[in-house]
Amino acid sequence: MTASQLRIMLLLVLASAILLSLMAGRHWIPFHQWLGGDLPSLVIMQLRLPRAVVGVLVGASLGMAGAAMQGYLRNPLADPGLFGISSSAALGAVISLYFGYAVSALLLPMFALLGAGCGMAMLSILAGRSGSLTLFTLSGVILSSLTGALTSLLISLAPTPFASSEIVTWLMGALVDRSWEDARLALPLTGIGMAALLWAGRSLDALTLGEATARSLGINMRHLQYLMLAGVGLTVGSSVAIAGIIGFVGLVVPHLVRPLVGSQPSALLIPSALAGAVLVVLADSLVRILPSVSEVRLGIAMAVLGTPFFLALLFNMRREIA
Amino acid sequence: MELRIDNLSLKLRGRDVLRDISARFTPGKITVILGPNGAGKSSLLSCLTGLQRQQHGRITLAGASIFDLPAALRARHIGLLAQKADIHWDIDVRALIALGRLPHHGRWGRSAADEAAIDAAMAHTDCTALAGRRAQQLSGGEQARVLLARALAGQPDWLLADEPLANFDPVHQLDVMSCLRAVADGGMGIVLVLHDLTQAARIADQIIILDKGEVAASGSVSEVLTPELLARIFSIRVHVGTAACGMPIITPMARAA
Repeated sequence: MTASQLRIMLLLVLASAILLSLMAGRHWIPFHQWLGGDLPSLVIMQLRLPRAVVGVLVGASLGMAGAAMQGYLRNPLADPGLFGISSSAALGAVISLYFGYAVSALLLPMFALLGAGCGMAMLSILAGRSGSLTLFTLSGVILSSLTGALTSLLISLAPTPFASSEIVTWLMGALVDRSWEDARLALPLTGIGMAALLWAGRSLDALTLGEATARSLGINMRHLQYLMLAGVGLTVGSSVAIAGIIGFVGLVVPHLVRPLVGSQPSALLIPSALAGAVLVVLADSLVRILPSVSEVRLGIAMAVLGTPFFLALLFNMRREIA
Repeated sequence: MELRIDNLSLKLRGRDVLRDISARFTPGKITVILGPNGAGKSSLLSCLTGLQRQQHGRITLAGASIFDLPAALRARHIGLLAQKADIHWDIDVRALIALGRLPHHGRWGRSAADEAAIDAAMAHTDCTALAGRRAQQLSGGEQARVLLARALAGQPDWLLADEPLANFDPVHQLDVMSCLRAVADGGMGIVLVLHDLTQAARIADQIIILDKGEVAASGSVSEVLTPELLARIFSIRVHVGTAACGMPIITPMARAA
C-alpha cells in the first residue's frame, strides 16, 4: 500500500466513523431521519456534529503529537504527556474549576490554554538554549510532576466535595456537551501546532541516525526543540483544553500505524493524525451507546481499550525474547 | 577545497582535550588520524564536522571558517560517518541511504540528481542487493555498509569517518578500503580515525598521530609509522614488515618496557 493509498483509506474510515458517531447516542438517529423534522436536525447540527469535530481535533492532535514525540525521543513508548504540557493545561483548567471561574463556557478552555502556554514557557526556560534532548526531557518530567502535585493539592483543598468531584470528573476527559465554540477555539491552534510538527518531519527523519549524524546533516537541534515545543504544546494544549486528559491515543496510534508506513518518522505524522481521529471518534460513539446510568468518561474508556493492546504488545515481545 | 586547522584547542569540563593542533588536509587524499585511546581523535573529528563549538583556533574550508557557513550548507561540504552505528527505526534501506541527501534537497522531495547519487552510493558500497530490505533486519556488517552508502550519497567534498572499518569482516574491510580509495581518486578528501596500524599503513596518504591532545607526529606512512615512534606513543614493540605483494604489515608484539 502506498502512502497516498493509506491516507485515502484512513480518510474514508474517518468519514464512516464520523457518520456513525452522528447516528450514535442515547437516541439512535438513522441517516434518513437527519433532515426529517426540527429535533433530529438540531441534535445532529448543534450537539453531535460539533462533538464529532472536537473528537477529530483531539484525536488528530494526540495522534500526531505522539508520533512526533516518539520520533524526537527515538522511543516507541514516548507519549505526548511526557513533556508536561497536558498536565500544565490540566492545572490551568483545574484552577478555573477551583475558583469557580468555569461558569462561562469558554473560561475553562482559556485557562487550560494559559496553563499550556505557561508550561511551554517554563519548558523552554528550563531546557535552555542547548537543544539537548536529555535536558528537554528532564525539564518535562520536572514540569509534569510539579503540575501534577499542584493539581492534587487543589483537589484536596477544594472548598466543597462537589467542587473536588467536579475537578476529578473533568480530569478524566470527555467530549460531553462540546459546542461549535470549542471547535472554533481549538482549530487554529491545532492547525498551527500540526504545521510545526510537519515542518519538523525531516529533522525527525535525520534523528533516525542519532543526534551527531543528524547535526552533521545540517539539522539544528535548537530549532527542532522549538518546533517540537510549539507543535506538541499547541496540539496537546488545545486538546486538553477542549476535552480534558485522554491517554493512550498518542501512545497507541503511532505504534499501530508505524508498520504500515515503513517506520519513517515523517511519513508517520499524517496517518497517525487520521488514525487518532478515527480512534477517538469511534471510542466516543461507543461510550454514548453503552447502556449505563451516566455516560462513561472517554478518558476511562480509552484506558480500558488501551490495556488489551498493551497486553498484546507484551505477549508479542515475550515471544520474541523467548 | 582545502580543509585546514590552525592552532585548534579544545577544553571540556576543565580538561584539555585538544591542544594547539594545526594540520592541513589535501583534497583527493586520505588522511588517517591515529593515537591511543583518549588521545582526542574523535573530538578532533567532531571539531572538523563543526559539531563542537567550544574550541579556540580556526578551522577553515577554502579559506573561510566552517562556523561561518550555515549548518545546511556546511553539511553539503563536510559529511560525517559516526562511530556509533545508530539506526533507530526499522526503515527501508533506500530510505535510510536517502537521508544522506537531506542537505541537498528541499522539503518537497528528491530530484533526479538525488536519486542518481543514491544509486551511485549504493553501487559503490555493494548495497544494491540490500535495496527493499529493512535496516534493522540487516547484519552488523550490512548495516555498516548501508551507513557508509548514506555518507557517500551526500557527495560531500570531505568525508570524515570514525572507525569506518570496525564492523566489517576481512573481505568487506578490503572492499571498503578500495571504495574509499576510489572516491578519494574521484576528488573527495577523506579523514579517517583508525586503530589498526596495518590498515592505516595500507590506506593512508598522510598520517597524523595524536597523543594526549597534541600532534605527536605527522607525515607519510614511512616517516611516521616507525618502531621508535610507535614505542614512544603507543608503548608497544612492533614488527614492521612487508608482505610478498609489497603491502606493509605492522604487528604489535609486546608492551614496550
